[in-house]
Amino acid sequence: MSFDVPDDRKYLESHEWATTDQPTRIGISDFAQDELGDVVFVELPDEGDTISHDEPFGVVESIKAVSDLYAPVSGEIVAVNEALHDQPELVNEDPYGDGWLLEIEVSDDSEFEELMDADEYEAQIV
Amino acid sequence: MSGNGPTENGREPGRTYDQATYAVGDDENEPLLTEKRSDTVEPGDALPDDLTRDDLTLPNPEEPEVARHYTRLSQMNWSIESGPYPLGSCTMKYNPPVTEDVAADPNAAVHPDRSADSIQGTLGLLAGLQDYLARIGGMDAVSLQPPAGAAGEFTGIAVARAYHRANGDDRSEVLIPSSAHGTNFATAALAGYDVVELPSAEDGRVDMEALEAAVSEDTAALMLTNPNTVGLFERDIEAVADVVHDAGGLLYYDGANLNALLGRARPGDMGFDIMHYNVHKTFATPHGGGGPGAGPVGVVDELAPYLPNPRVEETDSGYELVESDEAIENVHGFQGNWLVLVKAYAYIARLGDAGLRDASAKAVLNANYLAEQIDLDVPYGPFHHEFAATAGDAAAADVAKRMLDFGVHPPTTNWPEMVPEAMLTEPTEIESKQSLDDLAAAFDAALGSSEEERHEAPSRTTAKRIDQTTAARDPRLSWQSLDEE
Repeated sequence: MSFDVPDDRKYLESHEWATTDQPTRIGISDFAQDELGDVVFVELPDEGDTISHDEPFGVVESIKAVSDLYAPVSGEIVAVNEALHDQPELVNEDPYGDGWLLEIEVSDDSEFEELMDADEYEAQIV
Repeated sequence: MSGNGPTENGREPGRTYDQATYAVGDDENEPLLTEKRSDTVEPGDALPDDLTRDDLTLPNPEEPEVARHYTRLSQMNWSIESGPYPLGSCTMKYNPPVTEDVAADPNAAVHPDRSADSIQGTLGLLAGLQDYLARIGGMDAVSLQPPAGAAGEFTGIAVARAYHRANGDDRSEVLIPSSAHGTNFATAALAGYDVVELPSAEDGRVDMEALEAAVSEDTAALMLTNPNTVGLFERDIEAVADVVHDAGGLLYYDGANLNALLGRARPGDMGFDIMHYNVHKTFATPHGGGGPGAGPVGVVDELAPYLPNPRVEETDSGYELVESDEAIENVHGFQGNWLVLVKAYAYIARLGDAGLRDASAKAVLNANYLAEQIDLDVPYGPFHHEFAATAGDAAAADVAKRMLDFGVHPPTTNWPEMVPEAMLTEPTEIESKQSLDDLAAAFDAALGSSEEERHEAPSRTTAKRIDQTTAARDPRLSWQSLDEE
């Protein structure tokens, strides 16, 4: 089975992605949504909260499991994808687009260097 | 709902007997009192007109119809009396009716709010159960008050908290292995502790290095299930106890898997300081459904003063209810759910030492026999009373649904997470070789079905495949929504 791994963003080992622009968007990978199965609930922090690199910031619940979400990079949240409240299925349908989770103002650009690029991430999930 | 209204006996001609169709007309969506502005009613006023009515449509069936209705409903349900129910870590075992007979004895109908000298028999039974449980668990004192297993956990951790505080020791963390029951995490959080999750070692047991790294002067307790949730005995348990005790922490035993140890090993002897007993699992009292239940807690001597008040003690002048000034707050009224405790007492007394030892032997033998018979791999072992098989490339949930078509209840699926596509299976001691063979055949037949058959399953049950996704995303929480379709 092959999964979509766009090369315009970077990846954390625990299957979250981050775009490299500012503000940065954060979501979970196609592989992650497939492993989880149908997502039924996403619990996210509030705008204005800060999240920290490789620390849990929220929870995604599917019919199979409840999993922590880890922050690829640190920063202050400037937008939360409110649509997920009523349509958690967006995470399954469009994990890199409408199924995004947060937008943050990144506080330390150097953290991007600790993330995997698309090739490295793809090698991890095959 | 449409219709021409009920006939004289409350039924419409030709309609099936179904509770949900009985509310007819405007009454089917009865507004809440607040929706009727009844909050404006003053005490003493007569009920306003919109809260009164002159007639009420009640069903008026003949007795045989009622009997058939409830028998039919019961047949649509699955129970341990219907067939095997190997739900791992839940210990679904048969409740011998003898315990119900004892609880139904008119002499057992005693209100608890009476003076101790007038209920000596009642107190004697409670003291006897405290003693049975203490001996089974290797504990020094037992409180029968907690009304469920999870309540027992909370009581136990509250006792640990009270003990530390009494020593002027404000600890902030509870350590819990990743394989533990979800209730452990909830218990620790509810008691105000930060949860530190311990990863499992490669062999599925506690990772000693991770434990040593995590233990500190902030450690209030380590909560452990033994055998753990994949049935493995924590063979380093004494070393684990030393690490926790050396740091001043307490060791908590989750009694969920006590069935494997009955009469053979005791948590107290392993170094545990506190434990709860799931009487509905280990001692065959009614299971689940929100209660009433019982989850007694046992502790070592040093912690006994912190157990909730009152406890029963035998003195020279008979049984007395004693109170401790250092006790935590009550977690239930009186001594907990008395008649549930009567059933647990009756079960233990009926089995006796030999019977309890026989139960744990058969629980372990049955799990190991069953695992040998099935085509599924079991990655972790040697296991005791339960095992986590993996469905491999198949989806565990689909295999489970397909098993329903072969007339058995499936095991617990997709948990613990350390086993991919886990099917956590616990046949318990009650199954015969014949029923274990039937169960094994159902496992293999479900695994051997085509992916499509598994995905469509169950096809032979009253209720077909439940749409879990829609149920979770868009739950309908009232019977009234049935009528909206």
